[in-house]
Amino acid sequence: MQAPDGLDDLYQDIILDHYRSPRNQGALEHPHLHGEGFNPFCGDQIHLTMTLGEDGRINGVGFVGQGCSISQASASMLSDQLKGKTLDEAEAFVRMFKGIMQGEEVSEELEEEIGEIASLQGVRQFPVRIKCALLGWTTLQDAIREYRETAS
Amino acid sequence: MYDVSAVRNDFPILSRQVNGKPLVYLDNAATSQKPQSMIDALVDYYSRYNSNVHRGVHTLSMEATDAYELARQKIATFINAPSPDNLIFVRNTSEAINLVAYSWAAANLKKGDRVVSTEMEHHSNLVPWQHAVAEAGAELKLMKMAEDYSLDLSELDELLTPQTKLVAFTQMSNVLGTITPAKEIVAAAHRVGALALVDAAQSVPHIAVDVQDLDCDFLAFSGHKMAGPMGIGVLYVKSEVLEQMEPFLRGGEMVLEVTYEKATWADLPMKFEAGTPSVADSIGLGAAVDYLTALGMDNIRQHEVELTTYALERFKELEEVTTYGPTDMSIRGGVVSFTMGNVHPHDIGQVLDQAGVAIRTGHHCAMPLVRSRLHLPATARASFYLYNTEAEVDALIDGLKTTSRFFGDASSRRS
Repeated sequence: MQAPDGLDDLYQDIILDHYRSPRNQGALEHPHLHGEGFNPFCGDQIHLTMTLGEDGRINGVGFVGQGCSISQASASMLSDQLKGKTLDEAEAFVRMFKGIMQGEEVSEELEEEIGEIASLQGVRQFPVRIKCALLGWTTLQDAIREYRETAS
Repeated sequence: MYDVSAVRNDFPILSRQVNGKPLVYLDNAATSQKPQSMIDALVDYYSRYNSNVHRGVHTLSMEATDAYELARQKIATFINAPSPDNLIFVRNTSEAINLVAYSWAAANLKKGDRVVSTEMEHHSNLVPWQHAVAEAGAELKLMKMAEDYSLDLSELDELLTPQTKLVAFTQMSNVLGTITPAKEIVAAAHRVGALALVDAAQSVPHIAVDVQDLDCDFLAFSGHKMAGPMGIGVLYVKSEVLEQMEPFLRGGEMVLEVTYEKATWADLPMKFEAGTPSVADSIGLGAAVDYLTALGMDNIRQHEVELTTYALERFKELEEVTTYGPTDMSIRGGVVSFTMGNVHPHDIGQVLDQAGVAIRTGHHCAMPLVRSRLHLPATARASFYLYNTEAEVDALIDGLKTTSRFFGDASSRRS
């Protein structure tokens, strides 16, 4: 169905598709990293688990959550692109996405690289929803920070 | 009754558009809109007689002081307080309750004492007591919410032990709209020698409140939810309690005589109003009270009962919608919290905003009630005031139908 007037940038088909069928659903049994994200403003929750391969790259991702379409779709898109990244690369990925949400231009090159995630640019027109879009990402950032603190 | 369309003309904001649609403002439990007469009172004060109060012999200061104290008198009459001296001006309900916690409770709560509250409190009448009992080594016990969303009084006798020093409760829940039997609870508190504090933030704007009839010891409310300005609220305290209380804030304006060593306090209620008060906002609240009084609180209540009844009927058309709150309108205010299948309240609020309809989404500053009792992460909430219309309820329902069609598929697949 067509999005209500004025909301087609926010509720793009690809976003609704991730909301309806979130990818990488579930909690991994023996994760190396895990994070809990909570946005008390709207009650959105994300539980993120990840495993690392011997090469130090993320080889398993699972998330469960409840919340609005934007928070869940954004986390789903993120989970889809984490595998194969080192933790440093994952952190750079978070910084890149935060930059986009803060209004940084997305070059054609970057748009190609991030694929579906580019569809979240429409969220920028709705400032209160930026926090929703960021929830999965800040949860990832916290998970990496905690992993490093425990490991060191 | 009054003419709602004429009343709407008194509120300039109601003629604005949001996203190209007429504003439908249904977030009145968060804050109400303001009539022109109230706005004029603020402008008039700042344009004609802005001055500090209770000092200076000059004309402006005397005019400002007179207007400030006249506002206190009007508000005292509005809640039928015995005297304006029973009213302390504060910023809002939270500050009023904190004043009681820091002044009265700090001096009177002892180890082993008990404070009784309810499961349906706004954070502002829960968090200060959590802190106060922790400081004193006392305990906090809660009256439960019943199955029908009323307040369950069946355990009241067990809850109210001789150790109970205070019963602090809401007169109307901001989430459920539940109106509690305040007079009965106050009487029960007094039977065990406890004092009673009424959080009237949601009740004073919507129903006639008479503090002498309630016989409560404290009653707190905010101006901005009752057509008044933000930044002004009121704490009513019964005289014999107020006379025993020590100041909460110390400094200018609240003293009688000061030496380098010590100070004595000004008379009530100034003893509790340290520093330059919010003079304009107090005068604005006085103007708001004039406005409400002219319409008549019973008329306002009747209008909201009719509108809420209509809204609850229309909500029934939406199969996937669940509403929360009493069905008995005699114990319900104009608040309708609801959920719609698995569509998150935030998405509901977004689609409605696009249609110009403003509602609240989230936990409504009552996180334990929403999460632990209703077992929901969040709800959507429409709340009405004296100027809302059936046509606006229709706009809400239309917006919800759009939301449901758009997200319906998503919601069924996630469930």
